[in-house]
Amino acid sequence: MIAHAIFFYVFSFIAIISAIMVTVSKNTVHSVFFLILDFISISCLFIMIGAEFLGMIMLIVYVGAVAVLFLFVVMMLNVAQQKNQWLLSEDSSGHIPIGLIISVLIFFELIIVIGGWKYRPELIDTGYLNNISEMTNTHSLGQILYTDFIHVFQISGMILLIAMIGAIVLTFRKREGVKTQSYIKQISRERSEGVELLEVPSNKGVKIDD
Amino acid sequence: MEYLNTIFQEVYKILFLLIPVLVSVAMIVWLDRRVWAFVQKRQGPNVVGPFGLLQTLADALKYVFKEIIIPASSNKIIFILAPIITMTLALIAWAVIPFGEDQVLANINVGILYIFAVSSLGVYGIIMGGWASNSKYPFLGAIRSAAQMVSYEVSIGIIIINVLLCVGSLNLNDIVLAQKDMWFVIPLFPMFVIFFISSLAETNRPPFDLPEAEAELVAGYQTEYSGMMYAMFWLGEYANILLMCALGSILFLGGWLSPIELYPFNLIPGAIWLIFKILFLFILFALVKAIVPRYRYDQLMRLGWKIFLPLSLVYVVLTSSYLFYFNLLPTI
Repeated sequence: MIAHAIFFYVFSFIAIISAIMVTVSKNTVHSVFFLILDFISISCLFIMIGAEFLGMIMLIVYVGAVAVLFLFVVMMLNVAQQKNQWLLSEDSSGHIPIGLIISVLIFFELIIVIGGWKYRPELIDTGYLNNISEMTNTHSLGQILYTDFIHVFQISGMILLIAMIGAIVLTFRKREGVKTQSYIKQISRERSEGVELLEVPSNKGVKIDD
Repeated sequence: MEYLNTIFQEVYKILFLLIPVLVSVAMIVWLDRRVWAFVQKRQGPNVVGPFGLLQTLADALKYVFKEIIIPASSNKIIFILAPIITMTLALIAWAVIPFGEDQVLANINVGILYIFAVSSLGVYGIIMGGWASNSKYPFLGAIRSAAQMVSYEVSIGIIIINVLLCVGSLNLNDIVLAQKDMWFVIPLFPMFVIFFISSLAETNRPPFDLPEAEAELVAGYQTEYSGMMYAMFWLGEYANILLMCALGSILFLGGWLSPIELYPFNLIPGAIWLIFKILFLFILFALVKAIVPRYRYDQLMRLGWKIFLPLSLVYVVLTSSYLFYFNLLPTI
Protein backbone atom coordinates (compact mmCIF):
# COMPACT_ATOMS: atom_id res chain seq x y z
CA MET A 1 0.00 0.00 0.00
CA ILE A 2 2.88 2.34 0.84
CA ALA A 3 4.56 1.58 -2.48
CA HIS A 4 1.26 2.32 -4.21
CA ALA A 5 0.99 5.69 -2.51
CA ILE A 6 4.61 6.55 -3.32
CA PHE A 7 4.12 5.71 -7.00
CA PHE A 8 0.87 7.68 -7.10
CA TYR A 9 2.50 10.79 -5.68
CA VAL A 10 5.55 10.47 -7.93
CA PHE A 11 3.45 10.18 -11.08
CA SER A 12 1.02 12.93 -10.15
CA PHE A 13 3.88 15.22 -9.13
CA ILE A 14 5.57 14.65 -12.51
CA ALA A 15 2.24 15.19 -14.28
CA ILE A 16 1.56 18.51 -12.56
CA ILE A 17 5.11 19.82 -12.87
CA SER A 18 5.31 18.94 -16.56
CA ALA A 19 1.87 20.47 -17.19
CA ILE A 20 3.17 23.70 -15.67
CA MET A 21 6.37 23.45 -17.72
CA VAL A 22 4.31 23.10 -20.94
CA THR A 23 3.03 26.64 -20.48
CA VAL A 24 6.12 28.13 -18.85
CA SER A 25 8.99 26.92 -21.04
CA LYS A 26 10.15 29.38 -23.67
CA ASN A 27 11.18 26.87 -26.31
CA THR A 28 8.07 25.46 -27.99
CA VAL A 29 9.71 22.14 -28.78
CA HIS A 30 10.51 21.77 -25.09
CA SER A 31 6.89 22.40 -24.20
CA VAL A 32 5.81 19.64 -26.59
CA PHE A 33 8.30 17.29 -24.91
CA PHE A 34 6.87 18.23 -21.52
CA LEU A 35 3.38 17.59 -22.91
CA ILE A 36 4.53 14.10 -23.88
CA LEU A 37 5.91 13.54 -20.38
CA ASP A 38 2.56 14.69 -19.02
CA PHE A 39 0.67 12.21 -21.23
CA ILE A 40 2.96 9.39 -20.16
CA SER A 41 2.61 10.06 -16.45
CA ILE A 42 -1.17 10.34 -16.80
CA SER A 43 -1.29 7.00 -18.57
CA CYS A 44 0.79 5.58 -15.69
CA LEU A 45 -1.89 6.93 -13.32
CA PHE A 46 -4.58 5.24 -15.43
CA ILE A 47 -2.71 1.95 -15.18
CA MET A 48 -2.38 2.38 -11.41
CA ILE A 49 -6.15 2.57 -10.91
CA GLY A 50 -6.51 -0.63 -12.95
CA ALA A 51 -7.63 0.96 -16.22
CA GLU A 52 -4.79 -0.60 -18.20
CA PHE A 53 -6.66 -0.47 -21.52
CA LEU A 54 -7.24 3.28 -21.22
CA GLY A 55 -3.62 3.82 -20.22
CA MET A 56 -2.28 1.92 -23.21
CA ILE A 57 -4.69 3.63 -25.63
CA MET A 58 -3.58 6.95 -24.16
CA LEU A 59 0.03 6.01 -24.92
CA ILE A 60 -0.71 4.77 -28.44
CA VAL A 61 -3.04 7.55 -29.56
CA TYR A 62 -1.77 10.65 -27.76
CA VAL A 63 1.93 9.94 -27.35
CA GLY A 64 2.44 7.74 -30.39
CA ALA A 65 0.45 9.76 -32.91
CA VAL A 66 -0.96 13.11 -31.78
CA ALA A 67 2.18 14.38 -30.04
CA VAL A 68 4.31 13.34 -33.03
CA LEU A 69 2.14 15.58 -35.21
CA PHE A 70 2.48 18.41 -32.66
CA LEU A 71 6.25 18.01 -32.80
CA PHE A 72 6.11 18.05 -36.59
CA VAL A 73 4.13 21.27 -36.69
CA VAL A 74 6.26 22.97 -34.04
CA MET A 75 9.53 21.95 -35.66
CA MET A 76 8.51 22.81 -39.22
CA LEU A 77 6.65 26.08 -38.72
CA ASN A 78 9.13 27.75 -36.36
CA VAL A 79 6.41 28.49 -33.82
CA ALA A 80 9.02 29.44 -31.22
CA GLN A 81 9.68 32.74 -32.95
CA GLN A 82 5.99 33.52 -33.31
CA LYS A 83 5.43 32.76 -29.64
CA ASN A 84 8.19 35.14 -28.59
CA GLN A 85 6.87 37.88 -30.88
CA TRP A 86 3.41 37.39 -29.51
CA LEU A 87 4.61 37.59 -25.92
CA LEU A 88 6.73 40.69 -26.48
CA SER A 89 4.40 42.72 -28.69
CA GLU A 90 2.18 45.50 -27.32
CA ASP A 91 -1.19 44.40 -28.69
CA SER A 92 -1.00 40.91 -27.19
CA SER A 93 -2.73 42.01 -23.98
CA GLY A 94 -6.11 41.66 -25.72
CA HIS A 95 -5.80 37.89 -25.56
CA ILE A 96 -5.27 37.69 -21.82
CA PRO A 97 -8.88 38.46 -20.72
CA ILE A 98 -10.22 35.79 -23.10
CA GLY A 99 -7.80 33.25 -21.67
CA LEU A 100 -8.80 34.23 -18.15
CA ILE A 101 -12.52 33.85 -18.93
CA ILE A 102 -11.96 30.39 -20.43
CA SER A 103 -9.87 29.20 -17.50
CA VAL A 104 -12.43 30.48 -14.96
CA LEU A 105 -15.18 28.67 -16.89
CA ILE A 106 -13.20 25.40 -16.87
CA PHE A 107 -12.49 25.83 -13.15
CA PHE A 108 -16.21 26.23 -12.30
CA GLU A 109 -17.13 23.28 -14.51
CA LEU A 110 -14.64 21.14 -12.62
CA ILE A 111 -16.07 22.34 -9.28
CA ILE A 112 -19.60 21.49 -10.41
CA VAL A 113 -18.61 18.03 -11.66
CA ILE A 114 -16.55 17.06 -8.62
CA GLY A 115 -19.02 18.61 -6.17
CA GLY A 116 -21.94 16.83 -7.83
CA TRP A 117 -20.03 13.58 -7.60
CA LYS A 118 -19.42 14.07 -3.90
CA TYR A 119 -22.74 15.51 -2.67
CA ARG A 120 -25.33 14.15 -5.14
CA PRO A 121 -24.10 10.65 -6.04
CA GLU A 122 -27.61 9.61 -7.11
CA LEU A 123 -27.36 11.93 -10.13
CA ILE A 124 -24.74 9.72 -11.72
CA ASP A 125 -26.19 6.32 -12.51
CA THR A 126 -23.51 3.66 -12.34
CA GLY A 127 -25.85 0.71 -12.02
CA TYR A 128 -24.58 -0.95 -15.16
CA LEU A 129 -21.05 -0.90 -13.82
CA ASN A 130 -21.76 -3.42 -11.07
CA ASN A 131 -21.76 -6.66 -13.05
CA ILE A 132 -18.48 -6.09 -14.85
CA SER A 133 -16.04 -6.37 -12.00
CA GLU A 134 -14.97 -9.91 -12.83
CA MET A 135 -14.10 -9.18 -16.47
CA THR A 136 -10.89 -7.59 -17.71
CA ASN A 137 -11.47 -3.94 -18.40
CA THR A 138 -11.02 -4.34 -22.15
CA HIS A 139 -14.00 -6.70 -22.19
CA SER A 140 -16.08 -4.49 -19.93
CA LEU A 141 -15.39 -1.38 -22.04
CA GLY A 142 -16.42 -3.26 -25.15
CA GLN A 143 -19.49 -4.62 -23.38
CA ILE A 144 -20.65 -1.10 -22.52
CA LEU A 145 -19.55 0.73 -25.67
CA TYR A 146 -21.16 -1.74 -28.07
CA THR A 147 -24.46 -2.19 -26.19
CA ASP A 148 -25.67 0.80 -24.16
CA PHE A 149 -23.73 3.49 -26.01
CA ILE A 150 -23.55 2.04 -29.51
CA HIS A 151 -25.20 5.06 -31.15
CA VAL A 152 -22.99 7.62 -29.42
CA PHE A 153 -19.97 5.50 -30.25
CA GLN A 154 -20.91 5.23 -33.93
CA ILE A 155 -21.72 8.93 -34.17
CA SER A 156 -18.36 9.91 -32.69
CA GLY A 157 -16.66 7.61 -35.18
CA MET A 158 -18.59 9.25 -38.03
CA ILE A 159 -17.60 12.72 -36.80
CA LEU A 160 -13.94 11.70 -36.80
CA LEU A 161 -14.28 10.29 -40.31
CA ILE A 162 -15.92 13.49 -41.55
CA ALA A 163 -13.20 15.57 -39.92
CA MET A 164 -10.57 13.48 -41.64
CA ILE A 165 -12.22 13.78 -45.05
CA GLY A 166 -12.67 17.52 -44.46
CA ALA A 167 -8.98 17.96 -43.68
CA ILE A 168 -8.03 16.09 -46.83
CA VAL A 169 -10.45 18.13 -48.98
CA LEU A 170 -9.16 21.41 -47.51
CA THR A 171 -5.52 20.66 -48.13
CA PHE A 172 -5.80 18.76 -51.40
CA ARG A 173 -4.80 20.87 -54.35
CA LYS A 174 -4.47 19.75 -57.92
CA ARG A 175 -1.47 21.58 -59.25
CA GLU A 176 -0.95 22.23 -62.94
CA GLY A 177 2.20 21.22 -64.70
CA VAL A 178 3.35 18.60 -62.22
CA LYS A 179 4.63 15.39 -63.75
CA THR A 180 3.45 12.30 -61.92
CA GLN A 181 4.61 8.77 -62.48
CA SER A 182 2.26 6.03 -63.55
CA TYR A 183 3.50 2.85 -61.93
CA ILE A 184 1.66 0.55 -64.33
CA LYS A 185 3.20 2.39 -67.28
CA GLN A 186 6.66 2.09 -65.74
CA ILE A 187 6.34 -1.61 -65.03
CA SER A 188 4.79 -2.55 -68.37
CA ARG A 189 7.56 -0.85 -70.38
CA GLU A 190 9.25 -3.26 -72.76
CA ARG A 191 12.76 -3.30 -74.11
CA SER A 192 11.58 -2.86 -77.70
CA GLU A 193 10.04 0.57 -77.01
CA GLY A 194 12.83 1.80 -74.78
CA VAL A 195 16.04 0.89 -76.59
CA GLU A 196 16.86 1.03 -80.26
CA LEU A 197 20.03 -0.22 -81.92
CA LEU A 198 21.24 1.92 -84.79
CA GLU A 199 23.87 1.34 -87.40
CA VAL A 200 26.00 4.50 -87.25
CA PRO A 201 27.92 5.33 -90.45
CA SER A 202 31.28 6.87 -89.65
CA ASN A 203 31.74 10.64 -90.00
CA LYS A 204 27.99 11.14 -90.57
CA GLY A 205 26.15 10.36 -87.36
CA VAL A 206 22.45 9.61 -87.03
CA LYS A 207 19.37 11.64 -86.25
CA ILE A 208 17.39 10.46 -83.23
CA ASP A 209 13.89 11.65 -82.33
CA ASP A 210 13.08 13.91 -85.23
CA MET B 1 12.98 -7.33 4.56
CA GLU B 2 10.14 -8.91 2.60
CA TYR B 3 10.12 -5.96 0.23
CA LEU B 4 13.83 -6.30 -0.33
CA ASN B 5 13.47 -10.01 -1.06
CA THR B 6 10.81 -9.46 -3.71
CA ILE B 7 12.77 -6.61 -5.22
CA PHE B 8 15.91 -8.76 -5.46
CA GLN B 9 13.93 -11.61 -7.00
CA GLU B 10 12.49 -9.28 -9.63
CA VAL B 11 15.89 -7.77 -10.38
CA TYR B 12 17.31 -11.26 -10.77
CA LYS B 13 14.53 -12.18 -13.22
CA ILE B 14 15.02 -8.97 -15.18
CA LEU B 15 18.77 -9.55 -15.47
CA PHE B 16 18.10 -13.13 -16.53
CA LEU B 17 16.08 -11.73 -19.44
CA LEU B 18 18.11 -8.61 -20.25
CA ILE B 19 21.59 -10.09 -20.46
CA PRO B 20 20.60 -12.81 -22.97
CA VAL B 21 18.77 -10.18 -25.03
CA LEU B 22 21.83 -7.91 -25.11
CA VAL B 23 24.17 -10.79 -25.94
CA SER B 24 21.86 -11.99 -28.68
CA VAL B 25 21.71 -8.46 -30.09
CA ALA B 26 25.49 -8.61 -30.44
CA MET B 27 25.28 -12.04 -32.07
CA ILE B 28 22.50 -10.93 -34.37
CA VAL B 29 24.58 -8.03 -35.70
CA TRP B 30 27.23 -10.58 -36.62
CA LEU B 31 24.62 -12.83 -38.25
CA ASP B 32 23.21 -9.88 -40.18
CA ARG B 33 26.61 -9.00 -41.61
CA ARG B 34 27.41 -12.65 -42.37
CA VAL B 35 24.16 -13.27 -44.27
CA TRP B 36 24.57 -10.00 -46.10
CA ALA B 37 28.10 -11.00 -47.09
CA PHE B 38 27.15 -14.50 -48.21
CA VAL B 39 24.43 -13.17 -50.51
CA GLN B 40 27.02 -10.91 -52.10
CA LYS B 41 29.64 -13.72 -52.32
CA ARG B 42 31.88 -12.16 -49.69
CA GLN B 43 33.19 -13.65 -46.46
CA GLY B 44 31.93 -11.07 -43.99
CA PRO B 45 33.47 -10.66 -40.53
CA ASN B 46 35.45 -13.86 -39.92
CA VAL B 47 38.67 -12.82 -38.17
CA VAL B 48 37.90 -11.97 -34.54
CA GLY B 49 37.14 -15.14 -32.60
CA PRO B 50 35.72 -18.37 -34.05
CA PHE B 51 33.85 -17.58 -37.31
CA GLY B 52 34.25 -13.91 -36.40
CA LEU B 53 31.69 -14.29 -33.63
CA LEU B 54 33.44 -11.73 -31.42
CA GLN B 55 33.49 -9.05 -34.12
CA THR B 56 30.57 -7.16 -32.54
CA LEU B 57 32.28 -7.26 -29.16
CA ALA B 58 35.38 -5.75 -30.72
CA ASP B 59 33.27 -3.06 -32.37
CA ALA B 60 31.50 -2.31 -29.11
CA LEU B 61 34.84 -1.98 -27.28
CA LYS B 62 36.03 0.40 -29.95
CA TYR B 63 32.92 2.55 -29.45
CA VAL B 64 33.36 2.55 -25.68
CA PHE B 65 36.89 3.88 -25.89
CA LYS B 66 36.09 6.60 -28.42
CA GLU B 67 35.50 10.14 -27.31
CA ILE B 68 31.91 11.34 -27.10
CA ILE B 69 31.64 14.58 -29.04
CA ILE B 70 28.67 16.80 -28.28
CA PRO B 71 28.16 19.55 -30.89
CA ALA B 72 28.47 23.02 -29.41
CA SER B 73 25.21 24.31 -30.88
CA SER B 74 23.19 21.24 -29.95
CA ASN B 75 20.52 21.05 -27.28
CA LYS B 76 22.62 19.10 -24.81
CA ILE B 77 20.05 17.50 -22.53
CA ILE B 78 17.85 16.23 -25.36
CA PHE B 79 20.93 15.23 -27.37
CA ILE B 80 22.07 12.93 -24.56
CA LEU B 81 18.56 11.76 -23.75
CA ALA B 82 17.77 10.55 -27.29
CA PRO B 83 19.99 7.41 -27.45
CA ILE B 84 19.03 6.54 -23.87
CA ILE B 85 15.35 6.64 -24.80
CA THR B 86 15.88 4.53 -27.93
CA MET B 87 17.76 1.88 -25.98
CA THR B 88 15.39 1.82 -23.00
CA LEU B 89 12.28 1.54 -25.16
CA ALA B 90 13.83 -1.27 -27.17
CA LEU B 91 14.55 -3.21 -23.98
CA ILE B 92 11.44 -2.63 -21.82
CA ALA B 93 9.16 -4.15 -24.43
CA TRP B 94 10.78 -7.55 -23.76
CA ALA B 95 9.06 -7.64 -20.36
CA VAL B 96 5.85 -9.06 -21.84
CA ILE B 97 7.26 -11.49 -24.42
CA PRO B 98 6.32 -15.04 -23.31
CA PHE B 99 9.04 -17.67 -23.65
CA GLY B 100 6.81 -20.44 -22.33
CA GLU B 101 3.52 -21.15 -20.59
CA ASP B 102 4.63 -19.21 -17.50
CA GLN B 103 8.10 -18.03 -18.48
CA VAL B 104 7.18 -14.38 -18.82
CA LEU B 105 8.29 -11.42 -16.76
CA ALA B 106 4.91 -9.66 -16.70
CA ASN B 107 1.88 -11.56 -17.92
CA ILE B 108 -0.36 -8.50 -18.32
CA ASN B 109 -3.84 -8.43 -19.82
CA VAL B 110 -3.01 -5.89 -22.50
CA GLY B 111 0.38 -7.29 -23.55
CA ILE B 112 -0.04 -6.71 -27.26
CA LEU B 113 -1.17 -3.11 -26.70
CA TYR B 114 1.86 -2.59 -24.44
CA ILE B 115 4.25 -3.73 -27.17
CA PHE B 116 2.42 -1.62 -29.74
CA ALA B 117 2.58 1.44 -27.47
CA VAL B 118 6.28 0.98 -26.70
CA SER B 119 7.17 0.50 -30.35
CA SER B 120 5.17 3.61 -31.25
CA LEU B 121 7.17 5.56 -28.65
CA GLY B 122 10.35 4.46 -30.40
CA VAL B 123 10.01 7.33 -32.86
CA TYR B 124 10.87 9.83 -30.12
CA GLY B 125 14.44 8.65 -29.75
CA ILE B 126 15.01 9.34 -33.43
CA ILE B 127 13.12 12.61 -33.61
CA MET B 128 14.80 13.96 -30.46
CA GLY B 129 18.24 12.96 -31.72
CA GLY B 130 17.60 14.58 -35.07
CA TRP B 131 16.23 17.80 -33.65
CA ALA B 132 18.76 18.21 -30.84
CA SER B 133 21.71 17.81 -33.21
CA ASN B 134 20.77 21.22 -34.66
CA SER B 135 21.99 20.29 -38.10
CA LYS B 136 20.26 19.89 -41.46
CA TYR B 137 20.82 16.23 -42.34
CA PRO B 138 19.89 14.77 -38.94
CA PHE B 139 16.76 16.90 -38.89
CA LEU B 140 15.67 15.74 -42.36
CA GLY B 141 16.32 12.14 -41.33
CA ALA B 142 14.28 12.57 -38.16
CA ILE B 143 11.34 14.10 -40.01
CA ARG B 144 11.39 11.32 -42.60
CA SER B 145 11.54 8.63 -39.99
CA ALA B 146 8.70 10.11 -37.94
CA ALA B 147 6.38 10.21 -40.95
CA GLN B 148 7.42 6.71 -41.98
CA MET B 149 6.96 5.12 -38.57
CA VAL B 150 3.60 6.77 -37.91
CA SER B 151 2.20 5.67 -41.25
CA TYR B 152 3.33 2.06 -41.01
CA GLU B 153 2.10 1.80 -37.43
CA VAL B 154 -1.43 2.24 -38.74
CA SER B 155 -1.27 -0.86 -40.89
CA ILE B 156 0.48 -2.86 -38.16
CA GLY B 157 -2.35 -1.92 -35.78
CA ILE B 158 -4.97 -3.15 -38.21
CA ILE B 159 -3.06 -6.40 -38.80
CA ILE B 160 -2.99 -6.92 -35.03
CA ILE B 161 -6.78 -6.42 -35.02
CA ASN B 162 -7.01 -9.27 -37.54
CA VAL B 163 -5.19 -11.59 -35.18
CA LEU B 164 -7.12 -10.40 -32.15
CA LEU B 165 -10.42 -11.16 -33.89
CA CYS B 166 -9.36 -14.81 -34.00
CA VAL B 167 -8.12 -14.85 -30.39
CA GLY B 168 -10.51 -12.75 -28.33
CA SER B 169 -7.87 -11.60 -25.87
CA LEU B 170 -5.06 -9.05 -25.72
CA ASN B 171 -2.85 -11.30 -23.62
CA LEU B 172 0.20 -12.58 -25.51
CA ASN B 173 0.05 -16.02 -23.89
CA ASP B 174 -3.59 -16.38 -24.96
CA ILE B 175 -2.59 -15.40 -28.50
CA VAL B 176 0.01 -18.17 -28.52
CA LEU B 177 -2.35 -20.75 -27.03
CA ALA B 178 -5.06 -19.92 -29.59
CA GLN B 179 -2.66 -21.18 -32.30
CA LYS B 180 -2.49 -24.68 -30.83
CA ASP B 181 -4.44 -26.23 -33.72
CA MET B 182 -3.25 -24.02 -36.53
CA TRP B 183 -0.71 -21.23 -36.70
CA PHE B 184 -2.24 -17.95 -37.82
CA VAL B 185 0.24 -17.77 -40.67
CA ILE B 186 -1.96 -20.23 -42.62
CA PRO B 187 -5.36 -18.49 -42.53
CA LEU B 188 -3.86 -14.99 -42.35
CA PHE B 189 -0.97 -15.44 -44.78
CA PRO B 190 -1.46 -12.12 -46.65
CA MET B 191 -1.47 -10.35 -43.30
CA PHE B 192 1.79 -12.08 -42.36
CA VAL B 193 3.43 -10.77 -45.52
CA ILE B 194 2.15 -7.24 -44.91
CA PHE B 195 3.22 -7.44 -41.26
CA PHE B 196 6.69 -8.49 -42.29
CA ILE B 197 7.08 -5.62 -44.75
CA SER B 198 5.58 -3.11 -42.32
CA SER B 199 7.94 -4.22 -39.58
CA LEU B 200 10.83 -3.63 -41.97
CA ALA B 201 9.57 -0.06 -42.33
CA GLU B 202 8.87 0.29 -38.62
CA THR B 203 12.45 -0.63 -37.69
CA ASN B 204 14.02 1.48 -40.46
CA ARG B 205 15.56 -1.54 -42.12
CA PRO B 206 16.46 -1.64 -45.80
CA PRO B 207 14.68 -1.24 -48.24
CA PHE B 208 12.98 1.36 -46.05
CA ASP B 209 16.08 2.82 -44.38
CA LEU B 210 15.37 6.33 -45.68
CA PRO B 211 15.96 7.99 -42.27
CA GLU B 212 19.62 7.01 -42.47
CA ALA B 213 20.07 6.83 -46.22
CA GLU B 214 23.82 7.25 -46.41
CA ALA B 215 23.86 8.45 -50.00
CA GLU B 216 21.61 11.45 -49.46
CA LEU B 217 21.52 12.16 -45.71
CA VAL B 218 25.01 10.98 -44.67
CA ALA B 219 23.56 8.88 -41.84
CA GLY B 220 20.36 10.69 -41.00
CA TYR B 221 19.70 11.28 -37.34
CA GLN B 222 22.95 9.57 -36.27
CA THR B 223 25.28 11.95 -38.10
CA GLU B 224 26.32 13.99 -35.06
CA TYR B 225 26.60 11.03 -32.68
CA SER B 226 29.84 9.38 -31.77
CA GLY B 227 31.31 6.83 -29.42
CA MET B 228 29.05 5.16 -26.87
CA MET B 229 26.00 7.23 -27.78
CA TYR B 230 26.16 6.02 -31.37
CA ALA B 231 26.56 2.46 -30.08
CA MET B 232 23.42 2.88 -27.97
CA PHE B 233 21.40 3.95 -31.01
CA TRP B 234 22.74 0.97 -32.85
CA LEU B 235 22.01 -1.49 -30.02
CA GLY B 236 18.51 -0.07 -29.65
CA GLU B 237 17.88 -0.45 -33.36
CA TYR B 238 18.89 -4.10 -33.39
CA ALA B 239 17.00 -4.84 -30.15
CA ASN B 240 13.95 -3.32 -31.86
CA ILE B 241 14.45 -5.57 -34.89
CA LEU B 242 14.65 -8.62 -32.61
CA LEU B 243 11.50 -7.44 -30.85
CA MET B 244 9.59 -7.14 -34.13
CA CYS B 245 10.77 -10.65 -35.07
CA ALA B 246 9.55 -11.93 -31.70
CA LEU B 247 6.21 -10.18 -32.19
CA GLY B 248 5.86 -11.66 -35.66
CA SER B 249 6.57 -15.16 -34.40
CA ILE B 250 4.10 -14.75 -31.52
CA LEU B 251 1.33 -13.35 -33.70
CA PHE B 252 1.71 -15.64 -36.70
CA LEU B 253 4.17 -18.48 -36.10
CA GLY B 254 2.78 -19.86 -32.85
CA GLY B 255 5.26 -18.31 -30.41
CA TRP B 256 6.70 -20.94 -28.08
CA LEU B 257 4.53 -23.77 -29.45
CA SER B 258 6.38 -26.59 -31.14
CA PRO B 259 5.44 -27.07 -34.81
CA ILE B 260 4.47 -30.73 -34.35
CA GLU B 261 2.83 -32.03 -31.19
CA LEU B 262 4.73 -35.34 -31.20
CA TYR B 263 7.02 -37.06 -28.73
CA PRO B 264 10.56 -35.94 -29.58
CA PHE B 265 9.51 -32.38 -30.37
CA ASN B 266 7.58 -31.98 -27.11
CA LEU B 267 10.74 -32.39 -25.08
CA ILE B 268 12.37 -29.27 -26.52
CA PRO B 269 11.41 -26.33 -24.29
CA GLY B 270 9.24 -23.58 -25.77
CA ALA B 271 11.91 -20.93 -25.41
CA ILE B 272 14.11 -22.80 -27.92
CA TRP B 273 11.28 -22.92 -30.44
CA LEU B 274 10.64 -19.21 -30.01
CA ILE B 275 14.34 -18.48 -30.52
CA PHE B 276 14.34 -20.60 -33.69
CA LYS B 277 11.35 -18.71 -35.04
CA ILE B 278 12.91 -15.34 -34.19
CA LEU B 279 16.11 -16.42 -35.96
CA PHE B 280 14.14 -17.55 -39.01
CA LEU B 281 12.40 -14.18 -39.27
CA PHE B 282 15.67 -12.36 -38.67
CA ILE B 283 17.43 -14.22 -41.47
CA LEU B 284 14.56 -13.13 -43.72
CA PHE B 285 15.20 -9.53 -42.56
CA ALA B 286 18.90 -9.90 -43.39
CA LEU B 287 18.16 -11.42 -46.81
CA VAL B 288 15.82 -8.56 -47.66
CA LYS B 289 18.60 -6.12 -46.76
CA ALA B 290 20.96 -7.83 -49.17
CA ILE B 291 18.52 -8.30 -52.04
CA VAL B 292 16.20 -5.31 -52.34
CA PRO B 293 17.30 -1.78 -53.36
CA ARG B 294 16.15 1.22 -51.36
CA TYR B 295 12.67 2.64 -51.95
CA ARG B 296 12.06 6.23 -52.94
CA TYR B 297 10.22 8.27 -50.32
CA ASP B 298 6.98 8.76 -52.27
CA GLN B 299 6.92 5.05 -53.14
CA LEU B 300 7.23 4.27 -49.44
CA MET B 301 4.29 6.49 -48.54
CA ARG B 302 2.23 5.12 -51.40
CA LEU B 303 2.90 1.55 -50.29
CA GLY B 304 1.91 2.32 -46.71
CA TRP B 305 -1.21 4.38 -47.21
CA LYS B 306 -2.60 3.31 -50.58
CA ILE B 307 -1.85 -0.40 -50.60
CA PHE B 308 -1.26 -1.82 -47.12
CA LEU B 309 -3.91 0.17 -45.26
CA PRO B 310 -6.85 -0.67 -47.61
CA LEU B 311 -5.70 -4.29 -47.94
CA SER B 312 -5.51 -4.86 -44.21
CA LEU B 313 -8.86 -3.10 -43.69
CA VAL B 314 -10.50 -5.35 -46.28
CA TYR B 315 -8.97 -8.34 -44.54
CA VAL B 316 -10.48 -7.23 -41.21
CA VAL B 317 -13.91 -7.27 -42.86
CA LEU B 318 -13.20 -10.66 -44.44
CA THR B 319 -11.92 -12.23 -41.22
CA SER B 320 -14.75 -10.95 -39.08
CA SER B 321 -17.45 -11.97 -41.57
CA TYR B 322 -15.88 -15.42 -41.97
CA LEU B 323 -15.72 -15.90 -38.20
CA PHE B 324 -19.28 -14.64 -37.78
CA TYR B 325 -20.75 -16.73 -40.59
CA PHE B 326 -19.19 -20.00 -39.44
CA ASN B 327 -19.82 -19.18 -35.77
CA LEU B 328 -16.11 -19.32 -34.94
CA LEU B 329 -15.97 -16.09 -32.95
CA PRO B 330 -14.02 -16.66 -29.74
CA THR B 331 -16.10 -16.78 -26.59
CA ILE B 332 -15.15 -14.43 -23.81
